[in-house]
Amino acid sequence: MTDRLLTWTLGAATLVVVSLIAVIAVFLLNESLDTLNRVGLGRFFSDSGWSPTMGRFNILPMIVASVLLMAGAVIVAAPLAVLTAVFLRFYAPSPVVDTGRRIIEVLAAMPSVVYGLWGLVVLVPVIAAWQQPGASLMAGILVLSLMIFPTITIVVHSGLTAMPQRYIEASLALALNRAYMVRRVVLPAIRASIAAGVTLGAARAIGETMAVMMVTGNIVAVPGDLFDPVRALTSNIALEMAYALGDHRGALYISSLLLLAVVILLVLINEFIVSNKCEY
Amino acid sequence: MNLSFRTNVNTDSVRATSLIGLRNGQLSDLLFTAAVWGAFLTVTVVFLWLVGDVLIRGVGALSWDFVVSPVIDSGRSGGIAPVLVSTACIVAVALAVAFPLALASAILISEFLPRTGTVSRLVIVSFDVLAGMPSIVFGLFGNALFNQLLGFGYSLLSGGLTLACMVLPFMIKANIDGLRAVPRSYREAGDALAMSRASILWHVLLPAAIPGIIAGVLLGMGRALAETAALLFTSGYVTRMPESLMDSGRTISIHVYDLAMNVAGGDQMAYASALILVVLLIIINFTVVRLGDWIQRCSLRA
Repeated sequence: MTDRLLTWTLGAATLVVVSLIAVIAVFLLNESLDTLNRVGLGRFFSDSGWSPTMGRFNILPMIVASVLLMAGAVIVAAPLAVLTAVFLRFYAPSPVVDTGRRIIEVLAAMPSVVYGLWGLVVLVPVIAAWQQPGASLMAGILVLSLMIFPTITIVVHSGLTAMPQRYIEASLALALNRAYMVRRVVLPAIRASIAAGVTLGAARAIGETMAVMMVTGNIVAVPGDLFDPVRALTSNIALEMAYALGDHRGALYISSLLLLAVVILLVLINEFIVSNKCEY
Repeated sequence: MNLSFRTNVNTDSVRATSLIGLRNGQLSDLLFTAAVWGAFLTVTVVFLWLVGDVLIRGVGALSWDFVVSPVIDSGRSGGIAPVLVSTACIVAVALAVAFPLALASAILISEFLPRTGTVSRLVIVSFDVLAGMPSIVFGLFGNALFNQLLGFGYSLLSGGLTLACMVLPFMIKANIDGLRAVPRSYREAGDALAMSRASILWHVLLPAAIPGIIAGVLLGMGRALAETAALLFTSGYVTRMPESLMDSGRTISIHVYDLAMNVAGGDQMAYASALILVVLLIIINFTVVRLGDWIQRCSLRA
C-alpha cells in the first residue's frame, strides 16, 4: 500500500519535471502567437531594419551575430580544450594535474557576470588600444571561448579517462612516440567525446546573455569585420524586454523560441553522438 | 579478450616514423609537447589574470561595513546588505521548490525505471534540454507565467520559482549519481529482510545517498547564485531591503551587472560584490567536487 502511494507520488513529481519543457514551450508560443499572426514570420527576416516600436522587425543581423559569436567561440575554445585535456591526461606531472583540475573547475563555476565584468573592464580596453572601439565581435568571441572552454575540456577529459588502457599499451608496444600516439590513436578513439563537448559548448555559447551583452557593444548590424560591435539575439531580449509592449514584446518572445529551437537541436545532436558512440 | 586491432593505425606510417624518419618523429613529438604545454599555460595565465583582477580590485572596497550597510546612491557607496538578503530569499525559494521535485524524480529514475529503457532515455533527454536552455529564455517564461499569469509581479517569489525550474536538471543529476553509488548489496539485503520498497528507500538508500543529495543542493545553490539573465525580468532589480517575498529585489549577480553597465563610477563596488560572489561559488564548488570524489571512492570500495 505504502509502496503504491510512493510510486504514484514519485511519478507525479517526475511528470511535473518532464512536462516543464513542454509548459515552457507553450508559454513562449502563446506570447508569440498574436505577433506571429499579425506580422508574419517572413518580415522578421525581410524588414528594412530592427526598430520594433516603428513596426520594423528584422532580426537577421542579430541571428548572424549570435551564430558568428558561437562559431568563433568554438573555433577558439575547442583546440585549446582538446590540447589541455590531452595535457592533463598524458603530459602533466602529477602535482600539475591537480592544479589543472582546480583551475578548470573554478572556470566552470565562475558566473557569467564576472566574465562580463572582466571583459568590460580589462579585455575591451586592451582590444580598443589595438582596434577601436573595443566592444566588438572579437571581445564577445574571446570572453565566450573562455566560458565554454571548461565545458569542452571536462567532456573531452572524461572521454580520455574512459578510453581503454589497451590502446595506450598497444601504442607503447609499437614504440610510437607520444605525439604520434595522441594524434593517430587517442584523438580518433575519442572523436565522439570531442563532438559531444563541442555541441555542449556551442549550446552554452549561443544561450549566453550577460557576458555577451557586456562586451559586444550591442549595435544592431551585420559586422563587417571582427572589430565591429554586434548585438546577439540573447542580448537583444535582455536589453529591450523591460520596456517592450505589444508586437515588440511578441518579437522578443519569437527570438526566444528560436533560441530554444537551436538549443533543442544541439542537445539532440549531442544525444545522438553519445548514444551512437562506438564501444571502442 | 578482444585481440583484433580496430584502430586507424596505418602500419606503414608507423614504420616511417619510428625507423626512417626518426629525427622527423622526434621533431613533431617536440612540437606537440610544446603545443599541449602552451595550451595549458595560456589557460593558466588567463585564469590568473581573471581571478587576480577580481581579487585585487575587489579587496580594496571590501569591509564589514560593506556587507552590513544599505545600498546608497545606486551602489556607488554604502554596502550590499539588502542585496544579500534578497539573494538569500531567492535562493531559498528556488531550493525549497526544486529540492523535493528533484529528489522524487531522481528516486524514480534510479530506483524504479529500467536504466536503459525508452522512458528513462526520454526523461534524461528532456532534462538535458532543460539544462541547456538559455537562462534568458527561462526569464521570459518566468515573466509570462509567474509575473503576469499568476500575478506575482516583479518579486522574490517570481525570481525564486523561475530559478527553481532552472536548477532542477542539475539537482536531479547529482541526486541520481548519489543514489546509483549506493551498492546493490544494500538493496538486496533490504529485499532479503522483506522490507517494503518505501522502507528500504527511507531507512537504507536515502541515508546512504546523503552525500549525493547534499552535492545536489549545493550545485543548485551555485547555479542560482550565479544566475543573472533569468532574474532581470522576474525578480527585478530594486535595491531596497525586501519586507516580504512579494517585494522586488536584486541578487548579487544582478548588482554586479547593474554597477558595471548602468552606474558610472560603479566599477569598484562591482568588483567588491563580484569578489564576494566568486568566493561563495568557489567554496560551494570545491565542496561539491570533494563530495563527488568521496561518493566515487565509497562506491568503488563497496
